[in-house]
Amino acid sequence: MTTINIPVQSVSAPPRPDGRARKARSIYPSWFYIPAIALYVVFFAVPTFASFYFSLTRWSLFDATFIGFDNFVTFFQNPQLFNGFIHTFEYGFVTSGAKVVLGLALALLLTSPVIGRGYLRAVVFFPVLVSTIGVGFVFKSLLDPFHGVVNAVLGVLHLPQPGWFTDPNMALWTIAGVDVWKGVGIATLIFMAGIVAIPQEYIEAARMDGASSWRLFRSVILPLSRPAMGTVIILSLIGGLRSFDIIWATTNGGPGFASDVIASVIYKQYQAGFFGLSTAGNVILFLVVTAIMVPVSRFINRREVEL
Amino acid sequence: MSRRTRIQRWVVGITAILASVFVFLVPFAFVVIQAAKSPAEASSMNFDLPAHWLFFDNLVAVLQSNDGIIVTAFINSTILTITSVIVMVVFAAMVGYVLQRKRTRWNPWINFFVLAGLIVPPAVVPTIWVLQGLGIFKTLFSGVLVEATFGLSFSILLFRAFVATIPRELDEAATIDGAGPIRLFFRVVLPLLRPVIVTVIVVQSVAVFNDFQNPLYFLPGNDLATVQLTLYNFQSQSLSQFNLLFMDILLITIPPLVLYIFFNRQIVAGLTSGAVKG
Repeated sequence: MTTINIPVQSVSAPPRPDGRARKARSIYPSWFYIPAIALYVVFFAVPTFASFYFSLTRWSLFDATFIGFDNFVTFFQNPQLFNGFIHTFEYGFVTSGAKVVLGLALALLLTSPVIGRGYLRAVVFFPVLVSTIGVGFVFKSLLDPFHGVVNAVLGVLHLPQPGWFTDPNMALWTIAGVDVWKGVGIATLIFMAGIVAIPQEYIEAARMDGASSWRLFRSVILPLSRPAMGTVIILSLIGGLRSFDIIWATTNGGPGFASDVIASVIYKQYQAGFFGLSTAGNVILFLVVTAIMVPVSRFINRREVEL
Repeated sequence: MSRRTRIQRWVVGITAILASVFVFLVPFAFVVIQAAKSPAEASSMNFDLPAHWLFFDNLVAVLQSNDGIIVTAFINSTILTITSVIVMVVFAAMVGYVLQRKRTRWNPWINFFVLAGLIVPPAVVPTIWVLQGLGIFKTLFSGVLVEATFGLSFSILLFRAFVATIPRELDEAATIDGAGPIRLFFRVVLPLLRPVIVTVIVVQSVAVFNDFQNPLYFLPGNDLATVQLTLYNFQSQSLSQFNLLFMDILLITIPPLVLYIFFNRQIVAGLTSGAVKG
């Protein structure tokens, strides 16, 4: 995505070709912004700013009583809610890390001359397009502790049969695994685009100098696919930290609260009618995502390699 | 190519194909088999082939269940997807075009807000509050506006990147030939944006069609249910009818599958733009 380059681009705006002699009326009308700005302000900016106020209230949609930081205190003191806070970080970093590693490995495989490449590309990417809820249900059945196919196979092989979604210590990681299964296709695709764009001469030159496959990967392919790596990290982190659909489809945050994340806490509090607390959860999620994404994207921008 | 690399090619390829069969194809085969079973067979969740392939019977049963709610949901999802994507395309193309062409001191701010729209999670209950204030909560119309808004940022980034590849001289030539700003955009620039328009349409259609979280919050009730919501309700209501649940999953998978087959290239282009030059 182009997201990564934005600070760079906006700073280095070139002077207009017609310079100072610009006509009073530009051929690029500013009112083209207005429809989008209207939507953005009404349905995104206003709710976001309102959330800061409503997170400080006891709220029923009709009247709001100001209660200061009580909602935030509740959020951080109640272990069940606080769990969701911790899980959000764990889930975001684990899924993002796994997508980077697996995506890069698959991209290397799928850009090398193996047989069945077209088929493999299609099959790795297809889960990206499938309904998340559908994927959740399919894996819930496949990984059912008693009837599921996976545990039946493990039983035949005399291996332990874990309670994938039912064991409180495993549920979150099982969901993360399903998330990676569904999302690794995008990461692979982005890495593939990055690797294909590396000029062939560099690779030939390295080979000529006697570089081993590992050295070639380490010193040529990896540094030159940095932009792709940045895109993958940013996209998968944004998705992972905000993740809700897959968790709700598989465990509803359970067993107990073992796989709750902030997004599922927000929904649960909303369902229970605690709109103020739910909105406080939203503000916390906002702060978490911003606190992680701003330094991460800064870092990635700085390290960008010019070809 | 040496003999060794040729052997390697085959060994690695066949290993990868076998692995992909287990990891990616088995789950899909499972859906198809489950969807053709009788209720009793399906509840055992095993891989045995059904005694009788009840594919068509299950299809009819799914479409008729709960007074045909799935048909309603398909209609809702279609309306929601098509209209919100149209709004996204037109509005985002206008912004992406002017944002790329015209350099003002506001540009850094606009870029900042576009990026914020991509990163910041929407505030759920306050959005409902706004929708209620406008008197449009619990209408499909509000769902369209919300989905369109949440998809704007990503679409703007795609358009802005693509407009950069269209030479500015073209705009100047059209202006000298007497085209006004509106004619210039809609008659000259917009047709040239066709590849990226297709990309935005396909990528965002899949996103809106598969969205679960926003319809869950903003489109409550059976009349407004989208396909993802009916799927979710299906499993909570009728745990005994696994065959119908999987038939529903299969049905819902078909539209994205069709898009993928026809627009494979555009999807790839949309998702990888920027991977190369950042």
